[in-house]
Amino acid sequence: MIPVSEQLDHFFTEKMKEYPTQRSFLVPMLLYAQDELGCLSNQAVEYIAGKAGLSQLEVRNVISYYSMLTTKPRGRFHVQVCTNICCQLRGAEDLFEHCKQRLGIGHKGVTSDEQFSLEEVECIGACSWAPAAQVNYDFHENLTPEKMDQVLDEYRSR
Amino acid sequence: MADVTITIDGNKVTAPAGTLLIEVCKSIGTEVPAFCYYPGLSLQAACRMCLVEIEKMPKMQTACTVPISEGMVVHTTTDKVRQARKSTLEFLLGNHPLDCPVCDAGGECELQDMTFSYGAAESKFMEAKLHRDEQQWSPVVFFDRPRCILCYRCVRVCGEAMDVWALGVQNRGSASIIAPNEGDHLECEECGMCIDICPVGALTSGAYRYKTRPWEMKHVGTTCMHCGDGCKTTLGVRRHETGMQIVRGDNRDKSGINGDFLCIKGRYAFDVTHSDERLTQPLVRHEGRLTPATWEAALELVASTFKRIRDEHGGSAIGVIGSNRTTNEENYLLQKFARVVLGSNNIDHHRTADFPALAAALKNTQVRTAGMRDVFNAKTILLIGNNPTDQHPLLAWQIRNNVRLHKARLFVVNAQDIKLHRQATAFAQVPSGSEAFAAAFLAGNDSVGESVGGDARNALLAMRQALKGAEEAVVIFGSEIRGAQVKAAVNLASALNAKIACLGDYANSRGAADMGLYPDLLPGYAQTSSEIFTGHWGALPEQPGWNIEQMVNAARDGQLRALLCVGSNPVVRYNVDPFVLQKTFLVVNEMFMTETASLATVVLPAACAYEKSGTFTNTMGDLQVVKKAGDLAGTKPDFEIVIEIADRMGFDVRKLVSLGGGTRADMGQSRGAQTGEADRHAVWLEAQNLEPRMTPFDPAAVLDEIQRLVPGYGEASRLNVAAGNDEHTTALEAGQGSATSDPDLVVPSEDTLFTSGTLGRYSNTLHSVIESRRKVPADKKTPV
Amino acid sequence: MADLVSHPDEVKVVSQRFGKGAAAMDRYLELDGYKAVQKALASGPEWIINEMKASNLRGRGGAGFPTGMKWSFVPKESAKPKYVLCNGDESEPGTCKDRLILEHDPHAVIEGVMIAALAVGAKTGFIYIRGEYRYLVDIMRKAIAEAYARGFLGKNIFGSGVDLDVRWHTGAGAYEVGEESALMESLEGKRGIPRIRPPFPAVVGLWGGPTVINNVETLASVPHVILGGGEWYAKLGTPKNGGTRLFCLSGHVQKPGVYELPLGYNLRKMIDDVGGGIWKGHKLKAVVPGGSSVPILKADEIDLAMDFDTLMKAGTFLGSGGVIVLDDHTCIVKFCLRTTKFYQHESCGWCIPCREGTDWMKKTLVRFHAGGGIKRDIDNLNYLAENMLGRTFCPLGDAAAMPVIGMIKKFREEFEAHLEGRPCPFEEHGAAVEQLPVLA
Ligand SMILES: Cc1cc2nc3c(=O)[nH]c(=O)nc-3n(C[C@H](O)[C@H](O)[C@H](O)COP(=O)(O)O)c2cc1C
Ligand code: SF4
Ligand code: FES
Repeated sequence: MIPVSEQLDHFFTEKMKEYPTQRSFLVPMLLYAQDELGCLSNQAVEYIAGKAGLSQLEVRNVISYYSMLTTKPRGRFHVQVCTNICCQLRGAEDLFEHCKQRLGIGHKGVTSDEQFSLEEVECIGACSWAPAAQVNYDFHENLTPEKMDQVLDEYRSR
Repeated sequence: MADVTITIDGNKVTAPAGTLLIEVCKSIGTEVPAFCYYPGLSLQAACRMCLVEIEKMPKMQTACTVPISEGMVVHTTTDKVRQARKSTLEFLLGNHPLDCPVCDAGGECELQDMTFSYGAAESKFMEAKLHRDEQQWSPVVFFDRPRCILCYRCVRVCGEAMDVWALGVQNRGSASIIAPNEGDHLECEECGMCIDICPVGALTSGAYRYKTRPWEMKHVGTTCMHCGDGCKTTLGVRRHETGMQIVRGDNRDKSGINGDFLCIKGRYAFDVTHSDERLTQPLVRHEGRLTPATWEAALELVASTFKRIRDEHGGSAIGVIGSNRTTNEENYLLQKFARVVLGSNNIDHHRTADFPALAAALKNTQVRTAGMRDVFNAKTILLIGNNPTDQHPLLAWQIRNNVRLHKARLFVVNAQDIKLHRQATAFAQVPSGSEAFAAAFLAGNDSVGESVGGDARNALLAMRQALKGAEEAVVIFGSEIRGAQVKAAVNLASALNAKIACLGDYANSRGAADMGLYPDLLPGYAQTSSEIFTGHWGALPEQPGWNIEQMVNAARDGQLRALLCVGSNPVVRYNVDPFVLQKTFLVVNEMFMTETASLATVVLPAACAYEKSGTFTNTMGDLQVVKKAGDLAGTKPDFEIVIEIADRMGFDVRKLVSLGGGTRADMGQSRGAQTGEADRHAVWLEAQNLEPRMTPFDPAAVLDEIQRLVPGYGEASRLNVAAGNDEHTTALEAGQGSATSDPDLVVPSEDTLFTSGTLGRYSNTLHSVIESRRKVPADKKTPV
Repeated sequence: MADLVSHPDEVKVVSQRFGKGAAAMDRYLELDGYKAVQKALASGPEWIINEMKASNLRGRGGAGFPTGMKWSFVPKESAKPKYVLCNGDESEPGTCKDRLILEHDPHAVIEGVMIAALAVGAKTGFIYIRGEYRYLVDIMRKAIAEAYARGFLGKNIFGSGVDLDVRWHTGAGAYEVGEESALMESLEGKRGIPRIRPPFPAVVGLWGGPTVINNVETLASVPHVILGGGEWYAKLGTPKNGGTRLFCLSGHVQKPGVYELPLGYNLRKMIDDVGGGIWKGHKLKAVVPGGSSVPILKADEIDLAMDFDTLMKAGTFLGSGGVIVLDDHTCIVKFCLRTTKFYQHESCGWCIPCREGTDWMKKTLVRFHAGGGIKRDIDNLNYLAENMLGRTFCPLGDAAAMPVIGMIKKFREEFEAHLEGRPCPFEEHGAAVEQLPVLA
């Protein structure tokens, strides 16, 4: 039994053909598998190791390098607040503090209902629209604590 | 490549273009410090310790990655360079614990040495140091994370050089960490190479850690007592209540045929020497039970019984079984004792390869034998049978690293899909038992193609094609090929203009064969009538004696009345029915109460290879020194035991050991009640104004005779051997050999990395690692 | 997604299709799409490289290396396949321009990759987009699929007999992977550890084959150079600094945004006119003119033409085009700390000076900003940074060291104002000194 959906597995198989080595598509593969599974569980690691023709150790070496990849479950909505300099200059620290209060969790925490997780992240490429945050892959820009509340409420109601 | 001339600190140096600058510096004695650079492993340029200034280059360059080119002007001692080294050390020491006095690597730490040399004495760091508890990754490997400086040597030696890939780097930045393959522990070959190569105290050995300090040990460079490859291992010895105790095995000085390499056995399985189960007192069967006796009484009993049987029934009523783990001198002495003192050709040993058949097959050919070093330098290697990864770890290392570093081509023919397949240019899986046919087929004999079957035949055909015009080749075969079939391997070597090697299993299996532990062959594979020996020893029994099987049968029939069995466990190896030996006066020299020893009339507690001196010949014919590291009170080396028996039988031992002015009085003095002093015997001799070499107990005297009489041993440089180097011997090429000995008597040990015949059963370390209970995962793939 | 802005001084070349729906193939074709590649096909590699050299287009990824020259380093003959790799890892703090290109004009990137491939004789191009930009990966996937569907990619493109593939790839969160050799490692499915150079990618790159690596903006500019001609493009900028580039204005300006301005545009004008001046009526304190890695400029140092050479002379770099503006209410120590924290987080950890240096600087600055600093820390920070500079395995170490050295040099008094337990003078609530684990 493969832990990911058949479509995803098929997608990997097809995409891997575009590269000269078996392991090349590893990083995207990990990210897409994580998107589907929530995190890179032991089974996921085993599956991907097999797919890429690598030892599980080697796959873990790669996972642990990339900050978006995780072996621990996150919330359904992963709130990533950028506090890097451009956002910092426009109030990101307060914004992050606000999120902590609102969600009742700290950096890398997960709410008890597993709906939200929070992370302070490095520059996400929204410097001219600071401060910014990403919830999963959606960008939210020119944020204020009030706007952030709306954003969180909107996800909560999804 | 063409030579170029460069200038290093004002000195002109000429070296081939493209040589790494760091190596050129080293060659003229200019020290360029390095943590991550390690010869033979991939380049990292990670530690930045080796930065030097090169004129016309704006930035300092890493000497470990710069290939030299004509006219380069290098400065290694400028203020800028010194400051770079100093600051790099400061960066490291910011987080590195400064508890050198309690660190296991204290005194042997490259970071400590460099800090001493380049000074980073002032502590600029004020934050709390990172602390993590030490982790145990396996019974033999411990990891202390804060001490790790991330030089990646361990990761590379495990992956690139060992092809195990059990260590990785995880996380990034200052959270980077070396990680074992199973999350919180290691599953690997447990070779401990990572520990040896670690420049600091981050990886430490479960066997040695916190037992002592390096400067409190005596370091004895000797030859490993386990498999047939003959690695040099340096034993760390310290004083102990029962004598000298070995606490460490490593190969820190990288000398010997094994360079960096040691396997788990060479590194840790010295622990058999201080096993609780060691025999330390002679035992004599009394009313059916083995009961402790004095050496005096036991030896007297043995000598008088042997003498009586010989005198009453003739020498042929006595048999001798020798050992694969005793020294050349002991083996030589033992068969001479059998032939000259007992008057019997009934001598044999546990055979693990058919060396006599190889000697016979080599007759009238140009084929020479290969040494262990040849395997590292050959351009083509053809391996037929055997699984060196398990059975000949050093050989596997030589093959692997020759392929990796010199791009040698490896061809593997095997009944199993062995791990070395990964390094192979071509692999042919043949039906078990058809290895010799495969060899013949590769040599061009089409008629045997049928015997190997379709797929294998095609694979072999392609291999035959690829082997055409092979240069500097070595053909290596395992015990799968024996008897008359060995000729096929020799023919193949001859066709390829290759050297040849045959794989025997134990530390001195080859030595046992070379020294004539055969009923039909004298030392050097000479016929029993050989004049070389009769000329020196006097008349010898003419008829070939009984081999092991025949001795057992003769015992059953009551014809074999006495049997001396030295360091061997034939009861298990040859499946002997215990009742068969009931009527025989069985004397067993042993370290442990083995199945064979438990049947004995007299058991004599023997010293092992680390407790005596002499030489071993590895399976490739490389002669190396065995040095005494420790002493176990109560035991005696087999050498001494045999001399004592002969002496007590009334034989003039001067005829057994060509000696000078030694007196009978010095015998038995070598070990007193307090045997802590390894050299007590020498001290005593000196006090008596006797030259140590001139005593009947000096194996060197026997080595003299071996070199005089055994063809193929005479050319070996004693000086070189004594200095801890290897000398290739050629007894196989020189000897007559015999292709007629029963090939079924060859019983391979089937050892794995975690077993070592009967001896290995007494190693706690070998038992403690989980891999000894589990198959090493061979299916793990290598990162591309 | 991100808001678009505009200013009369802008010269829209690479941004000319922004907001015009050019991500859709038909619209792109209406806006002169895929004409450049056909012209390139017709004109041949030598012509392309000559035009590129004439354009004085310099890499927009940060180092500013002349693109035409870079392409000319690729050997004509190669036993191994050659590749073009588009660097869309955009992670330098202050930089958010590639994002707009990928969102509004993905086909221009594809076209740029194709032209580069034609120029160097590569058969395959890869567009690597950072993992956080998932919506852009989706846009790019669609664009590539459309290009294949029209026969612009794949076998025999435009009936020329040339086969050309362009593929998409994505990262998963790592700044270091933007460094060209680490990028190749990542694309090969490995940890983003840079490679030892030489050999340089142009000779030994992806899977051992010669590889051209360029930034998204660089490649998106290529079709315009090809259509408009190298000379035309060069004239848009200053000598040796051809064309325009996207400047990402951020920080304390009234109107932050991404503006396309000619190279050589005055920095003060960029802040005062284009950016609408400093917000909230505050005064300008400092500018980081080329993304977080470059040395800071004080308010009185910014009468500068924004091109590679002028900024270099002024002791800083044009870098990635991120112009970060700081007002006089900003604490430099805090800014320095956040910058350093970034490099500490993103250091790949491979070499000692970068791994240990960034960590040590960060720890010191955390304590320092919280009020636990001692005088020696300032010199020590500078010492650490100086000893990283030029000695690390890849330029990330320099990127971490330069800002610290610059800020200490230019704002030493502000560092000193934090000493002896004094609270940060900029902290609005007069933050109290925290409890600190000082071991001195
Ligand atoms: C630490 C580091 C990070 C970098 N990140 C990026 C990046 O995100 N995007 C980019 O295009 N170039 C980045 N670069 C520069 C690239 O190494 C490379 O110079 C560039 O992609 C070349 O393209 P260009 O010549 O078109 O500028 C980075 C360099 C370093 C040292
Ligand atoms: S390979 Fe053989 S000789 Fe070498 S250490 Fe291992 S057991 Fe000893
Ligand atoms: S030895 Fe050169 S960088 Fe480590």
